[in-house]
Amino acid sequence: MKIMVAVKRVVDYAVKIRIKPDKSGVETQNVKMSMNPFCEIALEEALKIKESGLAKEVIAVTMGPSNCVDTLRTGLAMGADRGIHVEAARDLVPLSVAKVLKKLVEVENPGLLILGKQAIDDDCNQTGQMIAALLGWPQGTFASKVVLDKEKQVATVDREVDGGLETLCLDLPAVITTDLRLNQPRYATLPNIMKAKSKPIKKYTPEELNVKIKSDLEVVQVTEPPKRKAGVILSSVDELIDKLKNEAHVI
Amino acid sequence: MEKWRATTNLRRSLKSILNRQLSSVSEFRYLNGKRSCQSSFNLIRDCKSLGQVNAIQHRCFSSASTLVQRNPSFSTLNSDDISYFKGLLGEKSVIQDEDRLETVNTDWMHKYKGSSKLLLLPRSTEEVAQILRYCNSRCLAVVPQGGNTGLVGGSVPVFDEVIVNVSSMNNIISFDKVSGILVCEAGCILENLISFLDNQGFIMPLDLGAKGSCQIGGNVSTNAGGLRLVRYGSLHGNVLGLEAVLANGDVLDMLGTLRKDNTGYDLKHLFIGSEGSLGIVTKVSILTPPKLSSVNIAFLACNDYSSCQKLLMEAKRKLGEILSAFEFLDTEAMNLVLHQLDGVRNPLPASMHNFYILIETTGSDESYNREKLEAFLLSSMEGGLISDGVLAQDINQASSFWRIREGVPEALMKAGAVYKYDLSLPVEKMYDLVDDMRIRLGDLATVVGYGHLGDGNLHLNVSAPEYDDKILEQIEPYVYEWTSKHRGSISAEHGLGLMKANKIYYSKSTETVQTMASIKKLLDPNGILNPYKVLPHSLNS
Repeated sequence: MKIMVAVKRVVDYAVKIRIKPDKSGVETQNVKMSMNPFCEIALEEALKIKESGLAKEVIAVTMGPSNCVDTLRTGLAMGADRGIHVEAARDLVPLSVAKVLKKLVEVENPGLLILGKQAIDDDCNQTGQMIAALLGWPQGTFASKVVLDKEKQVATVDREVDGGLETLCLDLPAVITTDLRLNQPRYATLPNIMKAKSKPIKKYTPEELNVKIKSDLEVVQVTEPPKRKAGVILSSVDELIDKLKNEAHVI
Repeated sequence: MEKWRATTNLRRSLKSILNRQLSSVSEFRYLNGKRSCQSSFNLIRDCKSLGQVNAIQHRCFSSASTLVQRNPSFSTLNSDDISYFKGLLGEKSVIQDEDRLETVNTDWMHKYKGSSKLLLLPRSTEEVAQILRYCNSRCLAVVPQGGNTGLVGGSVPVFDEVIVNVSSMNNIISFDKVSGILVCEAGCILENLISFLDNQGFIMPLDLGAKGSCQIGGNVSTNAGGLRLVRYGSLHGNVLGLEAVLANGDVLDMLGTLRKDNTGYDLKHLFIGSEGSLGIVTKVSILTPPKLSSVNIAFLACNDYSSCQKLLMEAKRKLGEILSAFEFLDTEAMNLVLHQLDGVRNPLPASMHNFYILIETTGSDESYNREKLEAFLLSSMEGGLISDGVLAQDINQASSFWRIREGVPEALMKAGAVYKYDLSLPVEKMYDLVDDMRIRLGDLATVVGYGHLGDGNLHLNVSAPEYDDKILEQIEPYVYEWTSKHRGSISAEHGLGLMKANKIYYSKSTETVQTMASIKKLLDPNGILNPYKVLPHSLNS
């Protein structure tokens, strides 16, 4: 069985982001970029499944401009067998990604498609669900535990939901999106980095896959949230009443 | 030679201690689990004849720092003093509350505890000046204090010195975005400065594990080294100016922001590293390097120490200008960290290696620097210098590598008693000392070696469940003699403080130390600033 994992190149999670002066988006020049943390978890899960013998190949997929190949290289260094890069302009919306993934799934025929639950730059949390709908596959989102049964061709997924944990049984092929507590991603060891240099990366364009990339969404403005104002320490109840009455106008 | 001189000085001071009444003995307590040092101290008290003193002198040599007597020329605090300070600083900045005093009287390692009855929190240079002027006139001893993270007992009182803590002076005065020159007050916490500069696109030239609590005034006063010294050099090069208050209350405004200024003697260097004994630093002007976007970090394993050395030479040559940190730790250090700290895992797979090296590179071009680092690592691996390694793929992984290296002191503290030594040694010989100490101590304690290999700085730590004089005997003075024999420094970056006040002769000649004493006498005639520390006690009389 092949496992396909979609990974995204985003601004590194630990970087303090800044808004561009024209408010059109977040500053990404000269900022450290890395693989989306949830995508790392997704890839780790795929590698674990492969190491347990239930899959024979892990394919890492990414979409975007040419610098996205860095993320693929990281994925290969972690242990993926090959990479696919779909060249496209930046800022693809989830629906476009899902449409491209559908075509790739038709080419590669994986038994499992694993994605991160959301990307930390847009926080959409849509791609996994959309691709499952487009393919007509079952989906187990926010997975915190995945157990595969090869014989019965099912995946038992524990989902983290607001009320607690929900366990689903999905028939393969299926889509799984990963949540934080699923696993701890491995580091890229030097021997693996060496091997990654010779692993193949196949390039596609959306035209080759017969997908039209168009966005129905337009980003109008990106602004910072209002700054928290410092609290004021008051020295008496009278002062508190006075402030509530005259400044906050709540009494 | 130096050791003999030190011994003579000690004998002289021991004799003078005993010649005075044995009852007027110091109230200074050397805290440890068993209080075994207290018992040897009692031994001195009980012995009546000098002959007996000489016989046991060798055994107590190592705990000499505890045999300090309170200098009788210092006055004791009285209520007039308290009223004066309250009038000067306001009620809130004059602390006599026992709980708060408990914290400021004890050092970070819980090894040294003073008995000060007064903590002052000035908010401006003028207040510091007035405090010192008053204390000088009254002959009240003073301990300057910042973050209290020092490791040699230099930041806490020995007896009842007044603590002058500059934590309230934590303003950033100015920052020039073009030159990167930061001017701030001494009480600014290092981590806060790092965050502030981060927003501006710059970084501090020094970084150490204590950054969450240590203050820049203290860093400058102790000439702190840290993790980035191999790239940005020491504070002597990065501090462009400072403002300090002398013992008599005079304010020396040397707060220049000029890169080059050859007008007269450059006095600020006296204050950098003098550990508060020549003046209290109140403002600092420091040159900050621009924040470069591409930071890469690798965590590597080597089989033996000679590979570590060769790796260092190769790194300096092949990584050259982008190398920003080169640290090492041995297996014992790694084990300790993995056992004692939460949320830490070994980046390298299962098998235990002998040495771990952390290499960090900082540069401006991500892909170019990454390629350079990868090429270096792969060639080192092929050359057999590294047996395994990982490269951090994002900032989270990078922080976890640093957590391991920066967590070693914390892990040592949690493991029980620790004897800490900070030595500068020639790189080829560095680990020989660790091996020697392991043989000497055998099963008595665990010897851990780690440090800034890039600067030739070994942090030798001996960890045991409890403090025990038997262990101390095996360590001191052997470690100092060993270091002295190889012309190393007995204190690479931690300073002398109280712990090594009488050990300076292992690394400096008598004439040099005499000149230091003259300078001290010139700038602080009454000796009120941080007494009993830095210079040998015998020179104070």
